[in-house]
Amino acid sequence: MMPNRIVNNAEFTIENIRRDFPILLQEINGYPFTYLDSAASSQKPLCVIEKMSDAMQNYYSNIHRGLYQFSQKMTTEYEQARMKVAPFLGAGVADEIIFTRNATESINLVAATWGRANINEGDEILLTELEHHSNIVPWHMLAKETGAVLKYVPLLAGVENGLDIEAFSNLITSKTKLVCMSHMSNVTGEILPVKEITKQAHAVGAKILVDGSQAAVHLDVNVSDIDCDFYVITGHKLYAPTGIGALYGKKELLDNMPPYQGGGEMIETVSIHEITYKEAPAKFEAGTPAFIEAIGLGTALDYIQGLDNNIIREHENSLTEQAFEELQKLDGVQVFGRDVAEKSSIVSFTIDGVHPHDAATVLDQMGIAVRAGQHCAAPFMDARGVPSTLRASFAMYNTEQDLESLILGLKKVQKLFS
Amino acid sequence: MTVEELLENFALFDDWEDRYQYLIELGRKLPTMPDNYKTEENKVKGCISQVWIVIKPISNKNKEYFDFLADSDSHIVKGLIAVLRVMYAGKTIDQIALYNIDEVFESLGLHQHLSVNRRNGFYSMVEKLQNSIKIHENA
Repeated sequence: MMPNRIVNNAEFTIENIRRDFPILLQEINGYPFTYLDSAASSQKPLCVIEKMSDAMQNYYSNIHRGLYQFSQKMTTEYEQARMKVAPFLGAGVADEIIFTRNATESINLVAATWGRANINEGDEILLTELEHHSNIVPWHMLAKETGAVLKYVPLLAGVENGLDIEAFSNLITSKTKLVCMSHMSNVTGEILPVKEITKQAHAVGAKILVDGSQAAVHLDVNVSDIDCDFYVITGHKLYAPTGIGALYGKKELLDNMPPYQGGGEMIETVSIHEITYKEAPAKFEAGTPAFIEAIGLGTALDYIQGLDNNIIREHENSLTEQAFEELQKLDGVQVFGRDVAEKSSIVSFTIDGVHPHDAATVLDQMGIAVRAGQHCAAPFMDARGVPSTLRASFAMYNTEQDLESLILGLKKVQKLFS
Repeated sequence: MTVEELLENFALFDDWEDRYQYLIELGRKLPTMPDNYKTEENKVKGCISQVWIVIKPISNKNKEYFDFLADSDSHIVKGLIAVLRVMYAGKTIDQIALYNIDEVFESLGLHQHLSVNRRNGFYSMVEKLQNSIKIHENA
């Protein structure tokens, strides 16, 4: 087996990083593959692919119950993955990390357990117009069930602007029981001041859930510093496989939450008349979990932490800035969120007279993968009065060459549809 | 234009750019759909682009012809609609039965629009068209 290759800081260059992502070396229609859709899902480094393959080829067995060596090794690696997620997010103890399928399931878990136990008729749940549907729909369902009221922090008028941060202080009231907000918008890359909003929420006795699906990839997250009650991430955007995500919850909250799904592994004792449950995190992980994927996530975190974070952040931010600049130079291109205070790695835009779907189809002919649509954020589109946008998003492996290809591609799009 | 002519025209292009240029031109020549046809009822449920379609069989000299009007806010989808019109509009059910839509789109190099994203408006429109044709076949 090839050793897992992790570039060390001495040889840290984006070109070296790209070599860890073999998919990027392909050509499509004779053009180099230009992957600008990492906000939807990132590519996987070879070490993650090899680790999962190794685990399945060489010591596969179910976790937690086997008394033989392979099961014990697998169990250890699964629990080690949890111990890697905890410090990655700045959590105090690994028991505060629950493995889920993805951020969506993490949010649904909180809505179904903490939400049902704590949200009552007339209580307010505060969301924002920037949220991904995953951070809207579970709350909508909970509100329907309980008679709670959903409120939204609005976007400021003007496509160049972002969320109306000042509006939080008016909308967080004694009626607010929960604030649910993104740490970083999946549409515009806007980074929201979650630490400040957490203070405001706690001041009225409300809890706060932060959606870190994008932020965990591009920012240094520290849930202890933010002091949020819940923080959700997904593995597949974080250079890890699909099917694995995590929920961070403060221990005292998790301990008092009823279980989510019922099944094996989450129970302590089962008799015909009475069942007792294990403590968190096991209480929330019914059935055989996606342990191969969890181990893949652990390897992805090792990979990320083996790189120089500052260099990656600087590289991603520089690409984002250049993208904003270059896109704005094109006639008839409207970029969203130009003036927001802090943003990273994601750029949404429209082209006059060209349907985003058409632009994406033509870019695809040139091997350029971008996203066109609502990005699961219909309230954002409604607020901006557009049916959909194009979105280019960057990850650590993207280069200025990728950006150049995009700009050239967009010029061709404009020519074709002129 | 016949389906054969359409296939011949597309065969002339060596690269995707010319093929798409031609497709977009075909879309621009589509008969205009009056705005009052663009209702919620005529809208095809789709995720990305908006598509409207009105299907109307015409009876002429005891023979039933199939016809439809469609429009979209996407230029490429309009081009695809133009291709569908070549295949279906003004044709009898027997004439329509001569062509397999998957094969035609494959030959045109446009197959991805039928198969890749089945949630898009264009695919739903093709389904709606084909369902309507089936109803006529069985009538």
